[in-house]
Amino acid sequence: MRIELVKRKEHSQLMTVLSPLLAVLLTLITAAILFSLAGKDPIEGLFKFFIEPLFDSWSLQELLVKATPLVLIAAGLSVCYLSNNWNIGAEGQFVVGAICGSFLPIIFPDFQNALTLPLMLLFGIAGGACWALIPAILKARFSTNEILSSLMLVYVGNLLLDYLVRGPWRDPDGYNFPESLLFSDAATMPSIGFGRLTIAAPITLVVIVVLALVLSRTLKGFEIRVMGESPRAGEFAGFSKGRLTLFVFAISGGLAGLAGTMEVSGSLNQLLPVISPGYGFTAIIVAFLGRLNPIGILIAGFVLALSYIGGEGVQASLGISDKISNVIQGMLLFYVLACDTLILYKVRIGHNRRTASQGA
Amino acid sequence: MKNLLKATAAAAVFTAMAGAAHAADVKACWVYVGPVGDFGWTYQHDQGRQAVVAEFGDKVETAFLESVPEGPDAERAIERFARDGCDIVFTTSFGYMNPTVKVAKKYPDVKFEHATGYKSADNLATYNSKFHEGRYIIGQIAGKMSKTGVAGYITSFPIPEVISGINAFMLGAQTVNPDFKVKVVWANTWFDPAKEADAAKALADQGVDIMVQHTDSTAPLQVAQERGIHGFGQASDMIAFAPKSQYTAIIDEWGPYYIERIKEVMEGTWETKQTWSGLAEGHVVMAPYTNLPDDVVAMAKETEAKISGGWEPFTGPIFNQEGEKVVEDGVTLEDGAILGMDWYVQGVDDKLSK
Repeated sequence: MRIELVKRKEHSQLMTVLSPLLAVLLTLITAAILFSLAGKDPIEGLFKFFIEPLFDSWSLQELLVKATPLVLIAAGLSVCYLSNNWNIGAEGQFVVGAICGSFLPIIFPDFQNALTLPLMLLFGIAGGACWALIPAILKARFSTNEILSSLMLVYVGNLLLDYLVRGPWRDPDGYNFPESLLFSDAATMPSIGFGRLTIAAPITLVVIVVLALVLSRTLKGFEIRVMGESPRAGEFAGFSKGRLTLFVFAISGGLAGLAGTMEVSGSLNQLLPVISPGYGFTAIIVAFLGRLNPIGILIAGFVLALSYIGGEGVQASLGISDKISNVIQGMLLFYVLACDTLILYKVRIGHNRRTASQGA
Repeated sequence: MKNLLKATAAAAVFTAMAGAAHAADVKACWVYVGPVGDFGWTYQHDQGRQAVVAEFGDKVETAFLESVPEGPDAERAIERFARDGCDIVFTTSFGYMNPTVKVAKKYPDVKFEHATGYKSADNLATYNSKFHEGRYIIGQIAGKMSKTGVAGYITSFPIPEVISGINAFMLGAQTVNPDFKVKVVWANTWFDPAKEADAAKALADQGVDIMVQHTDSTAPLQVAQERGIHGFGQASDMIAFAPKSQYTAIIDEWGPYYIERIKEVMEGTWETKQTWSGLAEGHVVMAPYTNLPDDVVAMAKETEAKISGGWEPFTGPIFNQEGEKVVEDGVTLEDGAILGMDWYVQGVDDKLSK
């Protein structure tokens, strides 16, 4: 007997729906095995990891807080990826956006009025977009590989932040520790609810809805998809490849910059040498997990956030190492990719005879 | 759906029972910046936690979160513990300062202790150790033992604790060899074995024969052993990783402090305060002196005793890089000036961004 993968004539609609569910199921089984191997009760582990965070208002809020920047960045990246532009540098755009957004509260701390926060957000968007336009212009003008140039600019952005918080933007009353002063209330994202949830979450939701409409209902959305799938056809239709590259990079950079500013203003309240636990890179996973679809990204961002919050939960309450949580996270992504194979291929348990004749 | 709900309810009941079975007098929780297996900074804090368990047994319940990044995730981790019924939460990295302050404000009934910071409150104490005392001693040893007169110094971030460490090391070395030189390499990380090892190799290639580190992995010391040169352990006794190369190590001994503070929580006498102690209190401990001639061991022990007896390594005359006398003869630098140090002493070949 042998097991073969046979290419399907067309995408399986059933599997498109089933594949993520199958992946989640396989992840649960793997997680249960891992928990037992670690000497913990697998049912209790699974419950604390995947269920408990969903039934507690505090951890639900924390889920949203964690998912917000991931979803926002991933939404922007999806526009890039749909149009066949490979922006890997969202992390840097996040950081530079946060730097630009923090310019006002750090350099002009006394500028406190109703305009402070909107201006900060605008600066953040502009900063992120400009940072993303560097690789975009290089690509449009000189055909530079945008994967490399956008990735390299992540390190430049991080070092710029590092320089600022250790040097000119350091809090003068901070004993020379590398951190900026704390933002005033006028420069802080208003919170909603009782926890750390801020208006960043509803803003992100609005962005997702607008993006979904633009992609599905407008000419621009059509242009993005056509240029991604068949650039030659798109050019015959009169779309400019170079201009689109600039457009999608600016969008994704702007959203990453917005996410950075909202994170710094709402969550950290100051600039630190490190302001992102890798949001810009994790968002790449979220974008693909969500199949480059705004609603899918919303769900994927939530699932990934759950894996962080749940992993922390089992670590705190059951003493399960954070390495196991990392493995579970990795397995989830692995299974999603593996199960996606079933959309394009079907499994056939081959007959021995035919196998033999094929082999001959 | 019904079954799911049932399972959920059952699991909830089970969890509640499990919680009740563990009921202890005090629940103490730790937030770590690195993995407990780093054999450096976080490892030593976890050793301290284990000392607490050994001391109090069933009377105390402990929990920890490891590898919690400084940044937006830290506040959530700290708040989780505050909500999970911890009576006292130790946050063990400088970057947790503002998140700890925020959470402490929200949970006035929970006690918080933040390591290496400077902000405190009624329910938030700070604690740190005088690591520079140990660095003065290893400086003296380096001055004596180095043939090339050049040490490599792999370090993390230019914060005052690190800078005062480099300065104390140089002051110690200069008592033996006034022309002693140090090459400083900034790894820009507290824990990254690959990066630390690269830095160590680069330094060894440049001819240093003493390896000093203010990063937390054992990698630099292991490179030193490979290259046949010597070095010092950081935070924990790393002799097992470099039996031929380690002269000694500056050990952070957090156990006594944790035991003392948790006992105060049990007795209801816990109060906020700012602790900064060193060799005298046993919070900084020198690992056994190994691979050294007797006279150098004797010198090191003598210095150790002198510092334990109350002598401060930052006692004048001390000159800055420009050659100006910044601490007058016989004058001891104040605690605040050491805790906020942002200048190098004469002889350090490195520049700080101002």
